[in-house]
Amino acid sequence: MIRIALNRILQGIPVLFVVITVTFFLIRQAPGGPFDAERALPPEVIKNLEATYRLDAPVYQQYFDYLGNLLKGDFGPSFRYPGRSVTELIATGLPITLELAVYALAVALVLGLLAGLLAATRPRTLQDYLPMALAMTGICLPTFLLGPLLVLVFGIWFEWLPVSGWGYAPGDKILPSLTLGLAYAAVIARLSRGGLLEVLSQNYIRTARAKGLSTPTILFRHALPGGMAPVIAYLGPAIAGLLTGSFVVETIFQIPGLGRFYVQAAFNRDYTMIMGTTILLSALIVVLNIVADLVSIKLNPQLRQKHRHE
Amino acid sequence: MQMSLRSFPYSKKSLLIIVAFLALTGCDLGETNVESAIESQVLHLGNGTEPQDLDPHIVTGVTENNIITALFEGLISEHPESLAPMPGLAESWEVSEDGLRYQFTIREEAKWSNGDPVTAADFVWSWKRILTPALGAEYAYQLYPVAGAAAFNKGEISDFDQVGVRALGEKLLQVTLENPTPYFLSLLAHYSTFAVHPPTIEAFGGVTERGTAWTRPGNLVGNGAFLLKSWRLNYLIEVEKNPDYWDAENVQLSAIRFYPIDNAQTEERMFRTGALHVAATTPSSKIAVYQESDPQKISISPYLGTYFYRFNVTRKPLDNPKVRRALSMSIDREAIVNAVTKGGQLPAYAFTPPETQGYFPPGGDDGFAIRYDISKAKELMAEAGYPEGEGFPTLELLYNTSEGHRRIAEAIQQMWKQALGIDIQLANTDWKVYLSRTNDLDYDISRAGWIGDYPDPNTFLDMMLTDGGNNRTGWSSPDYDRLIAKAATQSNQKERYQSFTEAERILNREAPLMPIYTYTRVTLRDPSVKNWHPNILDHHPYKYIFLEKEGADQ
Repeated sequence: MIRIALNRILQGIPVLFVVITVTFFLIRQAPGGPFDAERALPPEVIKNLEATYRLDAPVYQQYFDYLGNLLKGDFGPSFRYPGRSVTELIATGLPITLELAVYALAVALVLGLLAGLLAATRPRTLQDYLPMALAMTGICLPTFLLGPLLVLVFGIWFEWLPVSGWGYAPGDKILPSLTLGLAYAAVIARLSRGGLLEVLSQNYIRTARAKGLSTPTILFRHALPGGMAPVIAYLGPAIAGLLTGSFVVETIFQIPGLGRFYVQAAFNRDYTMIMGTTILLSALIVVLNIVADLVSIKLNPQLRQKHRHE
Repeated sequence: MQMSLRSFPYSKKSLLIIVAFLALTGCDLGETNVESAIESQVLHLGNGTEPQDLDPHIVTGVTENNIITALFEGLISEHPESLAPMPGLAESWEVSEDGLRYQFTIREEAKWSNGDPVTAADFVWSWKRILTPALGAEYAYQLYPVAGAAAFNKGEISDFDQVGVRALGEKLLQVTLENPTPYFLSLLAHYSTFAVHPPTIEAFGGVTERGTAWTRPGNLVGNGAFLLKSWRLNYLIEVEKNPDYWDAENVQLSAIRFYPIDNAQTEERMFRTGALHVAATTPSSKIAVYQESDPQKISISPYLGTYFYRFNVTRKPLDNPKVRRALSMSIDREAIVNAVTKGGQLPAYAFTPPETQGYFPPGGDDGFAIRYDISKAKELMAEAGYPEGEGFPTLELLYNTSEGHRRIAEAIQQMWKQALGIDIQLANTDWKVYLSRTNDLDYDISRAGWIGDYPDPNTFLDMMLTDGGNNRTGWSSPDYDRLIAKAATQSNQKERYQSFTEAERILNREAPLMPIYTYTRVTLRDPSVKNWHPNILDHHPYKYIFLEKEGADQ
């Protein structure tokens, strides 16, 4: 197991290196620089600004400088926010995005598994069709539509919940978590229904029923672990999606998370900030995929066998 | 084989729990920000994007201005309605006969928030800081009217003693100008000319170091009506009343909260649910809704800015002034503002907005005025060799991606097609690509906007000087340059405006740009906000504002 983990981590490093290199040169290819503004600056001022941020050096020189600093753990200063280091900006936004992702994941798992269970226990009845139709709707509704809809209903019509903010008024974390989580809940519902149906048709379940076990015992002790395999495989990419896809929800609900910084950085050509967030998010995705792989291997004896013989 | 299990008993319970949870946590929203503010006098403002910094010598934006003017004050302050120069940190000033020499007396009670007195030397030090080339201050040119300032900023002279600002005493500041500049006092209400606290700047890294920690809460030493209390990135900046401000007894707000909200829809929802007193931007789809149902909450007022298109005069066929005039005369500006933008904008037939500090651009019966006249436009096109649009190449119209720009571009594309029989291709790019392409003259026609820095025609007209950084059309006219330079030396306002009028005639005749409309500011504002007056710069000095129940008289 440890050997597999190490192996995967070693594979991840070149991936990150390629991401860093490609991003570094790509963003410098994009037209427009960090100091282009509606009001043109005198050339003297631009020269001073570029010298301050060492943008006057040849690009390859900038690249090696950047790699050197990166090895020391220094992401550099933000171009857009003088006086803020990229590390500081990330440190402000990341915990909030993580918190949002955790709540959204909880929403996705609770609602998704619930709907999946409901559907799988009574396939081809209303109890199946209704949650699955809802799930289909959930997959189809983009967050930029779902968010404002939920706000309209719960925030403006019923006035139950605040329409924006994060940790400011009681309950203001509910709508963003729901908005972000629902799309994933829908996928999990469909995956868990499929997984469960497959398991429920197996002989050992019939044996369990024949032995007179109660329904909840059959479901939770015997069917769920096997039926969850597709869901677990999906969790890695899902969490990565939650982290990188939170931008829309953060904008709709005015949440100061990393997603907003990331997208603003791209629009502002804030080179160092784009690099910092890209590196961080790619590292997260790499790690999450490794974890998802390892969990799958741990849970699935067949996979375990296969890796042993590699 | 089909399994049929008993209906699963836990699901309904769980659903009930979720619904109950939602209902319980949601029921107690309490008072809204707007309601509780009547008692607490805390003003909640939507404020566009996250400010870059709060250093008056570094930043350039409107959002930064809104916060910095709470924390700092200039020598001059603005009248809340007319924006006329009023005493700020300077209690009085004298101007020499020739309009070149100003002497300001800084008030005895003016203090920094750490207790130090505000001195004339602080201003000399601060102006030296913003003009020092190594700082790379983007707004340094605001001080260019001061003698020697431009040369010092461009590195042509290195001795600051040659720049026309001097401390004659602890509280006495003398400023010498290059030319009589009638709008000079207005510039002194702009944050780029504010003083910063020298010992604080030096303690955090030095005069020319950008972005040090001096602007953080706890470090920032200001001299305005409010103090910086907290700054949460992308979320909230809070300032609270400065009890040691010289005019503190007249400041009624206890605190202001600035929310950086980059999504207009979100901002409008926050306003609607009472989380904000004022929304900085209004989604255009909501304008009619508010006018219909809540007219007392929406205000539309003229803004010192012009929406226009640039023509790249270095490219054929736009190098021909007749073609440019024809294009400019064949669009129906009334239809654009009434049917497309719908925000109360005024159709613009000249670059400078009308009534800019008493100046009216040439128009109406003026021989070369731009007007809506399709038959004249057709004539001009025929003279230029494109009768009924024959042989006219397909031009590209560049704009930065935005729903509003797209709708205007489509309308104009249609108008040109109908009136002149020519085809235009629309091209939208992201903001930075758009900037870089217009800068490099890599376009045919491009959308543009210009917001004045100070209430004077010069802030518009000096843009079109030959090789001016913001000219971006390739257009050049020695006569025009001469008139703008002449206006700068004239101290008689009437003669000066005459020079501007002549210059603007050249602009109309040559048409390197096509004015479309004069901007308006569409603001959502709760009626409980008193003494907030719409004005052309959208400046609202906070020291006059207070919050009172709806319906109460101002």
